[in-house]
Amino acid sequence: MKVRQQNAPHWAHLYKRQRKNPSRIAYAALAILVGLAAQESLFLDQAVAKGKTAKQTRIERTEPASKNSREGIAHLLNRVTFGIRPGDVEKVQSVGIERYLKEQLSPESIALPSSIQQVAQVPALTENPVNLFLNYGKPALKALAQGQGNTEADKKALGKVVRDTYGKIYQEAAQAHLTRAVDSPRQLQEVMTDFWFNHFNVSSDKGLDHIWVGQYEESAIRPYALARFRDLLGATAHHAAMLFYLDNWQNTAADFRQAAVNPKGKGRFKGINENYARELMELHTLGVDGGYTQKDVQELARVLTGLGLPPGAGGGFAMRNPQERRQMLAQFQGRPDQMNPSGLRPRQRGIRNFGEVVSASSIPGDAKTGSYFDARRHDPGTKVVIGNTIQGKGEAEIEQVLDILARHPSTAHHISYQLAQYFVADKPPESLVQKMAATFTRTDGQISQVLGTLFESEEFWNPQYRNAKFKSPYRYVVSSLRATDATIVDVVPVLAYLKQAGQPLYKCLTPDGYKNTQEAWLNPDSLINRLNFATALGANRLPGVRAQNNDQNDITDSLAAVSEKTVSAIEQAQPQLRQSLVLGSPEFMMY
Amino acid sequence: MNRREFLKTAGLATASLLMPNVSVWAKSAGAAASAAPANKLVVVFLRGAIDGLSVVVPYSDTSYYKVRNNIAIPPPGNELGALDLDGHFGLHPALAPIMPLWKNGSLSFILNTGSPDPTRSHFDAQDYMESGCPGRKSTSTGWLNRLLAQLPDNHSPVRALNIGTTTPRILQGPIASATFKAELRRRRSPIDNEVIAASYERMYEGRGDSLERAFQDGMEARMTINEKLSSEQMQANGGAIQANKFGAFGKQLGKLMSEEPKVQVAFVDLGGFDTHVNQGNGKGQLANHLQVLGNGLSDLAGALGETYSKTVILVMSEFGRTVKENGNNGTDHGHGNFIWALGGAVQGGKLQGHWDGISDRSLYEGRDLPVRTDFRSVISSVAAEHLQLSSSQLQAVFPDFSPAGGNAIPNILKG
Repeated sequence: MKVRQQNAPHWAHLYKRQRKNPSRIAYAALAILVGLAAQESLFLDQAVAKGKTAKQTRIERTEPASKNSREGIAHLLNRVTFGIRPGDVEKVQSVGIERYLKEQLSPESIALPSSIQQVAQVPALTENPVNLFLNYGKPALKALAQGQGNTEADKKALGKVVRDTYGKIYQEAAQAHLTRAVDSPRQLQEVMTDFWFNHFNVSSDKGLDHIWVGQYEESAIRPYALARFRDLLGATAHHAAMLFYLDNWQNTAADFRQAAVNPKGKGRFKGINENYARELMELHTLGVDGGYTQKDVQELARVLTGLGLPPGAGGGFAMRNPQERRQMLAQFQGRPDQMNPSGLRPRQRGIRNFGEVVSASSIPGDAKTGSYFDARRHDPGTKVVIGNTIQGKGEAEIEQVLDILARHPSTAHHISYQLAQYFVADKPPESLVQKMAATFTRTDGQISQVLGTLFESEEFWNPQYRNAKFKSPYRYVVSSLRATDATIVDVVPVLAYLKQAGQPLYKCLTPDGYKNTQEAWLNPDSLINRLNFATALGANRLPGVRAQNNDQNDITDSLAAVSEKTVSAIEQAQPQLRQSLVLGSPEFMMY
Repeated sequence: MNRREFLKTAGLATASLLMPNVSVWAKSAGAAASAAPANKLVVVFLRGAIDGLSVVVPYSDTSYYKVRNNIAIPPPGNELGALDLDGHFGLHPALAPIMPLWKNGSLSFILNTGSPDPTRSHFDAQDYMESGCPGRKSTSTGWLNRLLAQLPDNHSPVRALNIGTTTPRILQGPIASATFKAELRRRRSPIDNEVIAASYERMYEGRGDSLERAFQDGMEARMTINEKLSSEQMQANGGAIQANKFGAFGKQLGKLMSEEPKVQVAFVDLGGFDTHVNQGNGKGQLANHLQVLGNGLSDLAGALGETYSKTVILVMSEFGRTVKENGNNGTDHGHGNFIWALGGAVQGGKLQGHWDGISDRSLYEGRDLPVRTDFRSVISSVAAEHLQLSSSQLQAVFPDFSPAGGNAIPNILKG
């Protein structure tokens, strides 16, 4: 071991807090063993130690630090959570890495504070998709408008009610989502919810999905985020938000004759729609090189025919018989008494619940998921999907084919690769992917077990992967709010920032979801945007957010490593700028 | 030596001392040698699907007035009537500011263009028109970004300009673009403060990595744009200040492109064209939007100055609107539309594309203008003739599209 003495830097006064735990210095020394080989880096604790001894010690060695070193814990926290909060490292030190991970992998073992529970008690998340449609869907809003005046002002007022209602639903869902991302003690569950949402992406910008997107995350993603992959796959496959987003609600047997059922049908059920079938194999399960053909896509699409939205709750009226349809329409004749557009001040209220204009019990299908299997539109023939013969037997075919896809070796590899890319490196080592895929297969896709393999692996702990991932705009925002112990007072400006940064919440257009690689997010505009954001947040001048006026020590704790250059820039700056500079530092762009 | 070059040299020196791999920097340093390409492309995207039949009005077709009782534009010679283009078609009166460009032969409309995908969803149609791959949702890059990748790399952080607040789908991809707001009064951001900028610069300079590169490029793009568009200069440039937020795009973009030769492409989008209710005719909702657009395009052509001759401006929208008006004095989502082409190189002063009239028989699904020319044909034509892309390069821009056979490239440029 080579020990070099240097002159003390005079920036140590930044870190005035006295360490209670002297062992931190020892941890710091261990951490430095890592060497941060690629760049000349110092570990912050070392700096603190040096500040106290007025000597700077750099130890040049490259052997890996122990997992329990301060740096090891910082690395783990950076990946298991959305970013290190002041005091987090000490907490993990006190319980130990193994127990911390065990808890995070079984989220129900961690108690949720009431504030976190309450934020999710909003209609956008608690109402089922059918009720959301009936109460907030466009037909309901339109029906309510009937009987209103027909002047320009009335129409404008109605338009405003509709927009505000949609806006509020989105904001309720977003407020709950961001509050949990920042504050939930079940951090890994939130991180995995982000991962799976993007894996099974839907966009609130596509039609009806704007009323369903939050509920989709709440009922089809979060509960399964660390559970069995097959259950997660099934939950997404049957949710109204996915059925609408990837058009399967229109997917209909090629020889189905709509005219027989509904002579005036608008022609939505025109035949096969392969969209969902394709993405189900390409993105959700097997992966693009997973060994399926265009013929398999066509066959899978046939299996999926008829799985759609209930008539009267997103699936149109077309599939109901004429008498039933007339009754439904009569119910939709609105409740104008409940509406007074000119008197509404939506910003001062929550979502306006217009009341059920149609009884939910008259809607067929599964209200919990908002799905409906229409046997008339289902192709009854025999199909062959990736070598498996599937006899025509209606809805059960869908469960059979989801079983096949979830257990296919390509799926184990594809999911493992994506997880390794998300948690370890943009180009993850194949050795790790294979270990994870083996666990996936052995445990029938238990996600917590696959992640257990990941966090135990030597690849995960390899120093070359520490602080080597570039944060997405979303992760950058959430980690900044965590580092500054910030509270979101008004979610609207935060959402606006995410939009400006190119990652609006719930609005990724493409079914592959937002990427999490440096290639996707590092560009000049976005970096400069981040520096503006960092400067405002660090000075507690970011609209919608109340940041803590942090002790310099606390905020710098959220960095896993820091270079001399950064340290020197912070040192030269005015004190009121220093918190901003930490958030805007090159090191804080990484995790 | 300007600030940028100084920083680059300094960065290079530091980097070469510390970093084993300086290829990124070596590449940058050599950039000055490559000449900036002369020709430029501007894409103006009208979100919400503009009603093409109100832009280029088939006033000599009596059926036009039959299907549009309340929203038709009167024939030329009437109050708020169309401005005659060729004896059959007329321009919306609110677009009078671009009439001189028609007359000087640098404005054309390519009729019945659009996407082959039948969707009438704004969401899907915009997505397809920006990705350039209709029907394929998983395309992650935009066609304008892929086109940039085919142009000579001049290493300028302002190669691609985007007016707005966020990178649109069409510009997403590996080549960085610079985004700015078209505002008459430039707002200062924290990073415009010299003290703050200097602090960040201390952290980022000399790292010799992609973070530093992004930082330096971002700062330089910002400086270039701030410098060229300082509010004093804009005001000295004359012209009334328009209340509308898009009012400034033409002058600002034109000024930047004429003074900064390394700008290769630019993108601007305008919204508000989804006129289901009370569309208006010679005046009203749509007319108000067209006025802003017409003034903006006229300002752009003016501010481009000599650069106008090297620029092609394409104006497009995700789909067209129904030929018949609906029950709310508006129009609903349709299919085919018109692409506008402006610029010195454009074979203007005449209409192009295929026109079949608006009788029910000639309409798509009996209600909409058909798509007779794929939008990618038009762009390919400009990319090939104006930006000198080879056919293999065109293939990289539009991988799903073959310009051969029925997709023959229309001859929209001069020569």
